Amino acid sequence: MNALLDGLSWLLDGENWSGPAGVGTRLVEHLWITSLSMVIACAAALPVALWLGHVGRGGALAINISNIGRAVPTFAILAILYMTPLGLSIWTTVIALVLFAIPPILTNAYVGMREVDRDAVEAARGMGMSGGQLLRAVELPLAIPLIMGGIRLATVQVVATATLAAVISGPGLGRIITSGFGRRDVPEIVAGAIIVGLLALVVEGLMAWLQRAVDPMRRAGRRTSRRDRDHELPLVREEVVGGA
Amino acid sequence: MALFGPAHDATLTDNCLTRNDWVCGEYVRTRSDEILDALGQHVTITVVSLAIGFAVALVLAVVARQVSWLRGVILGTSTALYTLPSLAMFALLLPFTGISATTVVVGLVLYSLTILVRGILTGLDAVPAEVRESAVGMGYDGFRLLRKVELPLALPAVFAALRVATVSTVALTTIGMIVNHGGLGNLIARGQRSNFHAEVLTASALCVVLALVADLALLALQRWLMPWRRAVNA
Repeated sequence: MNALLDGLSWLLDGENWSGPAGVGTRLVEHLWITSLSMVIACAAALPVALWLGHVGRGGALAINISNIGRAVPTFAILAILYMTPLGLSIWTTVIALVLFAIPPILTNAYVGMREVDRDAVEAARGMGMSGGQLLRAVELPLAIPLIMGGIRLATVQVVATATLAAVISGPGLGRIITSGFGRRDVPEIVAGAIIVGLLALVVEGLMAWLQRAVDPMRRAGRRTSRRDRDHELPLVREEVVGGA
Repeated sequence: MALFGPAHDATLTDNCLTRNDWVCGEYVRTRSDEILDALGQHVTITVVSLAIGFAVALVLAVVARQVSWLRGVILGTSTALYTLPSLAMFALLLPFTGISATTVVVGLVLYSLTILVRGILTGLDAVPAEVRESAVGMGYDGFRLLRKVELPLALPAVFAALRVATVSTVALTTIGMIVNHGGLGNLIARGQRSNFHAEVLTASALCVVLALVADLALLALQRWLMPWRRAVNA
């Protein structure tokens, strides 16, 4: 327990928060690389997944890509990218994070599009909707819970994985932990772990809230029963759980 | 390249090691002891973590089914643990377990719990009530019901979870290099620090191969444990 208290008092010391290697700088770095990576990953994965889901092709690809992604250690990707001409630039970290964010976004969005009630799709077609209208007005709104589930999973994973950038001297909060290891300073190591853990939990909480907030069915109050939905979600999410 | 190379090029010991190639058979030949040591450590840590993780998850899943209010607590706690970044997990364990393989094993066990507890619970929940009732009617109860009826029927879900947990544990073991017990992760870390391309790529590739081999082994085990399924598929 002493170690935890030492870590907390390290965190409460204002001096550790300022300066170029302070908690403040590292936190900003961490949030910057994670949001940049998520924007790029969403921009790359969502259009592809929505299109594949709409036309109903490439299912095996969308599912397998996340299974393969799980077998590749993040640390290995970071180390390999570091040895390319990219070196220590932030792109080394960002590319690694994008690679790890794409599978859950892609898989969940694809599954979400495919699981849209076929009767609703047929009805919309019968009403004369074009492919684009169908995608925008019917499939997308109904797929939102799963699409957001994938984005939530990816965000949490990216926030956690960004910590590893520190192992190759990259930016972010992980640097507090690795610098603690370098100086054999246990309070600093524990303090870094506490703040990284807190950030991950806060982001998970925020994303869970956002996932609910943007669900058009929930907002419209048209959902049949809360139990039905909540029961469905974990089964699909289970498939795409990934570690960092 | 050869046209512009120095004239005495041929007299140097020119091999993929001196050229620092990414793919290098010479590296594997000369450092095979080191690679096998790292691989052995990697496999040991993974297997020990998964074995402990599975045993603990089984107990937690059974408890969660018996005591309904504990179900939410167990699922919630294991999910929160999964959210914790691996570097932070190992760092938080450090004051208690020190720079040892125990730190890595405890961390990996905690991670595997999320996937395994959920998988086992999903499998047990899916056992049809009629099946359970008829087994009870036949005099099965308690541990025997679990072992003879419920667990065998839950096997597909349990194996699905076990395969996911295994593949992620193999990958996560590399982070153990932060306390010097990362198996192949140690080689990746050292290679990265000394800019040794072949060491990093070989160790990384071995990690992926190890994960795939472990996955296939579990698939084979599943087919062997569920001969009735094999008959249906054939």
